[in-house]
Amino acid sequence: MKTLKELEEIRQRTLESVNLRKDRKGARVVVGMATCGISAGARPVLMAFVEEIQNRRLLDATVTQTGCIGVCRLEPMVEVYMPGEEKVTYVNMTPEKVKRVVSEHLVNGQVVREFIIGAVEKKD
Amino acid sequence: MELYRSHVLVCGGTGCHSSGSSNIIEHFNRDLKEYGIDKEVQVVQTGCFGLCEVGPIVIVYPEGAFYSRVKDEDVTEIVSEHLVKGRIVKHLLYHDSIDQDEEIKSLDEVPFYQKQERIALRNCGVINPESIDEYIAFDGYKALGKVLTEMTPEDVIETIKASGLRGRGGAGFPAGLKWEFTYKAQGDKKYIACNADEGDPGAFMDRSILEGDPHAVIEAMTIAGYTVGADQGYIYVRAEYPIAVKRMTIAIAQAREYGLLGKNILGTDFSFDLEIRLGAGAFVCGEETALLASVEGDRGEPRPRPPFPAVKGLFGKPTLLNNVETYANIPQIIINGPEWLQAIGTEKSKGTKVFALGGKINNTGLVEVPMGTTLREIIYEVGGGIPNGKSFKAAQTGGPSGGCIPAQHLDTPIDYDSLTEIGSMMGSGGLIVMDEDNCMVDIARFFLEFTVEESCGKCPPCRIGTKRMLELLNKIAEGKGEEGDIEKLIELGEGIKVASLCGLGQTAPNPVLSTIEYFREEYEEHIRDKKCRAGVCQALLQYIIIEDKCKSCGLCAKVCPVNAISGQRKQPYVIDQDPCIKCGACMEKCPFDAIVKR
Repeated sequence: MKTLKELEEIRQRTLESVNLRKDRKGARVVVGMATCGISAGARPVLMAFVEEIQNRRLLDATVTQTGCIGVCRLEPMVEVYMPGEEKVTYVNMTPEKVKRVVSEHLVNGQVVREFIIGAVEKKD
Repeated sequence: MELYRSHVLVCGGTGCHSSGSSNIIEHFNRDLKEYGIDKEVQVVQTGCFGLCEVGPIVIVYPEGAFYSRVKDEDVTEIVSEHLVKGRIVKHLLYHDSIDQDEEIKSLDEVPFYQKQERIALRNCGVINPESIDEYIAFDGYKALGKVLTEMTPEDVIETIKASGLRGRGGAGFPAGLKWEFTYKAQGDKKYIACNADEGDPGAFMDRSILEGDPHAVIEAMTIAGYTVGADQGYIYVRAEYPIAVKRMTIAIAQAREYGLLGKNILGTDFSFDLEIRLGAGAFVCGEETALLASVEGDRGEPRPRPPFPAVKGLFGKPTLLNNVETYANIPQIIINGPEWLQAIGTEKSKGTKVFALGGKINNTGLVEVPMGTTLREIIYEVGGGIPNGKSFKAAQTGGPSGGCIPAQHLDTPIDYDSLTEIGSMMGSGGLIVMDEDNCMVDIARFFLEFTVEESCGKCPPCRIGTKRMLELLNKIAEGKGEEGDIEKLIELGEGIKVASLCGLGQTAPNPVLSTIEYFREEYEEHIRDKKCRAGVCQALLQYIIIEDKCKSCGLCAKVCPVNAISGQRKQPYVIDQDPCIKCGACMEKCPFDAIVKR
């Protein structure tokens, strides 16, 4: 037998998994998933975003995929669209870097400058 | 709980199911496994999305890509392109779901959904109806919790009454009053019953709710049980709805497992349980007293009222009987408050109504619109208009109990009272659109044939009267109509309406009477001129070869099954009207369009 409290727990828990089906207005993370992206390891990056966003309860954010972004040598590439702001392109992403992007950029609104395309290109 | 980056929603309503959606689900699962992304992408079978015309429908989230008419062979493309590489398969998208820049619109921006407001259907096409957790996630059983812990039965009745909700089964009786009558009725035991015996030809609102959101009905019936003081409920559903029955059975088992049905619900001292009763599909069992008799195991025959079921219903005890769609509104009203429903709809009809669109319309399917939406909006905006550039002739609402609404009433805001005023009725929500190719005599005959077949035979006005009316209509359609037949039909019809025992007989003449009222000249043409302008009534038709157009190829003569066509080279062919059986084969075959029917 379930109590009201248990029902509320089920609601919270399941909502996270079905929330995907609602229109959301928050941040949009787009992962390049063409052949170049996939072979460079875009899939674990994508899943890391999904997990990290879930862990931080960012119920308004979406993670989606797109085709080839164009700069194949810098894959895996990720574009982050914050509402009302210019898009930010992160390159050479790894699941470890994802954690920082989520916590610093998506949560706190601070772009992780060292990962973005401009910074990486300069270094090379 | 498993985490998925993408959800593939596949419609599992009866419409899409019969066009192969279960194969598509299997195919998706197989392909996802093959590409190794079955742990990242979840395939969910949902209830009806409503746009049955373009089914099977698949929606992929988070992008919200709306794929229509998905065939088995399209699945691999969607998986390899969209789900693996993130490239939306544009050529498979529903044409109305993309704007000029080929960007995907969100669902509420698609014309079909724009004017809709989904209350009863809110979970259909959104949740997996076989998962109680998903129902709970979308505020399911929240209303039940609120009722059991914070509200007295009187509070619930006041809320329903204040909301203005009226029965969605057809007659539009105020739901709150019905609940109050049953609550106040004296009895050591009371029952709750749900009318899911949806019998109107072409109507499938209730089926879709049971298939797409069964827990909403369970929750509402449990609330009703608490309110009127019943501990047992019955859902009367027709056996022809196998998917609905299956999902309802699963839902009841899940609710029992969670302690949302059974003893001491949510730890309170309230107990309630539900059983399904299968009907054999008799139309009359949608009438409340016949339905209750059938639940008891007796022959499904109506009895005179009063006493009403609220006083003397199942097994002689006070019984609250509501329709599926009515119940589906209840939890939302409890959660959002009566003012919320009050704000939707017209002065005397609050909330929304689900319609099953059928007939000559582009978007055949299921729509839910606020009361007060006009027929024009439903047919031309939501329904996408009439196919092949034909013009609108009439809309039939209320099935065999309702009537035809002609073009001059297209702008009438639809609610219970306005429809009655123009000689039709809301009914359960069937809406059949007819164009210039429909003969009104034939339509009236179709519905009357149905009621003659379905009359239970208990009372003579219905049993004998409708049969006599049908004979008159047959006579007219066969070109043997006489002066005075129309008057006889009206007289008989009025008599049947007054004298019949139950709703079936009392409304059976409506299709005939309303078509006579609005299309009397068509009846007169059939009788006086022996002419059917729509070219439907076979006996009044003639196939004729236009001499100038005939090239004497002889194809028509070859294809004629009764050798009624004769002719020679360089001479126009001729159809002998006596042996002609009016099959139309010659007209179809003629390469020069030289054969016409008149």
